Amino acid sequence: MRRPGRRYVSLARTGPIARRPRGPLSEVLRPQEAIPRRTYLRILTASAAALVAVWCVLTYGRLVAPLFLPSPTAVLAAGVAMAQDGTLLQHAQASLLVIVSGWALAVLAGVPVGVLMGSFKAVEALIEPVVDFVRYLPVSALIPLLILYIGIGPAEKIAVIFIGTFFQLVLLVADVAAHVPHEQLDVAYTLGASRGQVIRRVLLPATLPGVMDTLRITMGWAWTYLVVAELVSADRGLGFMILDSMRGLFTDRIFVGLAVIGGLGLCFDLLFKWLHRVLLPWSPKA
Amino acid sequence: MVAEGVSAPPKLRLHDVTVTFRARHGALVPAIERLSLDVADREIVSIVGPSGCGKSTLLRLVAGLVRPSSGEIRLDGHVVAEPGADRGMVFQSYTLFPWLTVQGNVEFGPRLRGMPDRHCRDVASRFIQIVGLAGFERAYPKELSGGMMQRVAIARALANDPEVLLMDEPCGALDAQTRVFMQELLLDIWETTPKTILFVTHDIDEALFLGDRVYVMTARPGRLRDEVVLALPCPRTLEVETSEAFLAAKRRVLAMIREEAQRTTPEPSRLRA
Ligand SMILES: Nc1ncnc2c1ncn2[C@@H]1O[C@H](COP(=O)(O)OP(=O)(O)O)[C@@H](O)[C@H]1O
Ligand SMILES: [Mg+2]
Repeated sequence: MRRPGRRYVSLARTGPIARRPRGPLSEVLRPQEAIPRRTYLRILTASAAALVAVWCVLTYGRLVAPLFLPSPTAVLAAGVAMAQDGTLLQHAQASLLVIVSGWALAVLAGVPVGVLMGSFKAVEALIEPVVDFVRYLPVSALIPLLILYIGIGPAEKIAVIFIGTFFQLVLLVADVAAHVPHEQLDVAYTLGASRGQVIRRVLLPATLPGVMDTLRITMGWAWTYLVVAELVSADRGLGFMILDSMRGLFTDRIFVGLAVIGGLGLCFDLLFKWLHRVLLPWSPKA
Repeated sequence: MVAEGVSAPPKLRLHDVTVTFRARHGALVPAIERLSLDVADREIVSIVGPSGCGKSTLLRLVAGLVRPSSGEIRLDGHVVAEPGADRGMVFQSYTLFPWLTVQGNVEFGPRLRGMPDRHCRDVASRFIQIVGLAGFERAYPKELSGGMMQRVAIARALANDPEVLLMDEPCGALDAQTRVFMQELLLDIWETTPKTILFVTHDIDEALFLGDRVYVMTARPGRLRDEVVLALPCPRTLEVETSEAFLAAKRRVLAMIREEAQRTTPEPSRLRA
């Protein structure tokens, strides 16, 4: 639609697309392409620095009231004070004890059940109705019932984490076991393996990388359940600490709590990734 | 090497075997229909056919991984009912155990039977040597190329010393050079440790190069058409491969495949309609 009186400049005369000069951005933004590790780390650092910079501008520039967003120095000071008087350690210990025991119990029970469910159709039919029903129940909805049954001590929180983790874990592990390549079992049979040998020497080792991933993922979810449980009823723990700080309007302490939870979560994630590399060096994901 | 007189009982006999699968919606899928085949001791029989015609099913039948709907399979006169170490199989896909090293994979069979460590190691290193992978004993499958993985799979099957070796397109996923290398390797191995081999492929040249006899398998339901006997000397050198007899056999196989294709594909006019 060329209107009279206007001049159109053709932009299509710059040659084939492939010869267009490529900026550094287009080099970095190719789908699924690896980028140099240096570039990766630079972007990572820049992103973290930008986050801190925004925080500094908002707080030191007095754009947000300290009641809503305390400054980095205030949070740091609160953290140091809480570390020194021992409250931080006490709350972190309480939370860690609950999360690790609830999660470990769920793993001990859930991994075998999941492997059985994924490998044997009969077991799947047996437990699928229960698992599929319970996994759509938010654990938070069960907390009142658990308090009624168990009370408000650590045992109740362990139960919350166990229930929250167990059913998800069973389904994830079942999926892992069901996706072990059938031909790996077949080849073992043709090498003379009995059914028991196929299970022990092929099926179980074949599930290890997937199970390892599942452990890492469910540990992440366990933190959510922990904080929910501690917000509802607790006298210690990081979730309780956050709630208690809110009552006294100590926003800086809330941020200390968030930072500790995030930091611990990150540590667990790195720990699992490291374990995967060390324990399963053969895994394609290692 | 060629099948002996009628009096010699076959090593492996498939008699009037039919396999019907039940598909997801309950429909019956005939994969193999009334197939009979005799294989003599230490004979290599090649089977060529288009994909989906039931070649893998045929091998899985002999392996005991699939039960025939009717008919029977006999090895040395005994009915085959389930998988066993006497029938080794090399699968179409990569089936190495990723958590075991090359050594661990190759000695998997002997270890299952509780052989002493020394024996397992010796057997493994011998067959790793034979397939040309000495030095890779401690490598994990993820560090190997496709051709190397398939060689380990062959070594693993051979180290178990089966009486019958079932090979399901073992070179199917390999490039042309690696494939030729593998075919020659297979014949070399056969000369040192002769086995009864059922070799399935969709590559006519490969079937002719390796087989004492070649069968063309029809499209679904799979049946065997006439056999082509290759009375050719071994080893199969380049001269043999370009000889008049070899080319005549190839012509016959090609003619059969062409007939098959015309029988099963619709007329062009019907396609247009
Ligand atoms: N377990 C199974 N259930 C249902 N159908 C199957 C099963 N295995 C194979 N088939 C069908 O049988 C036919 C032959 O398969 P297959 O033996 O794998 O062919 P090929 O190896 O010649 O490509 C195919 O049509 C396939 O879909
Ligand atoms: Mg196949």
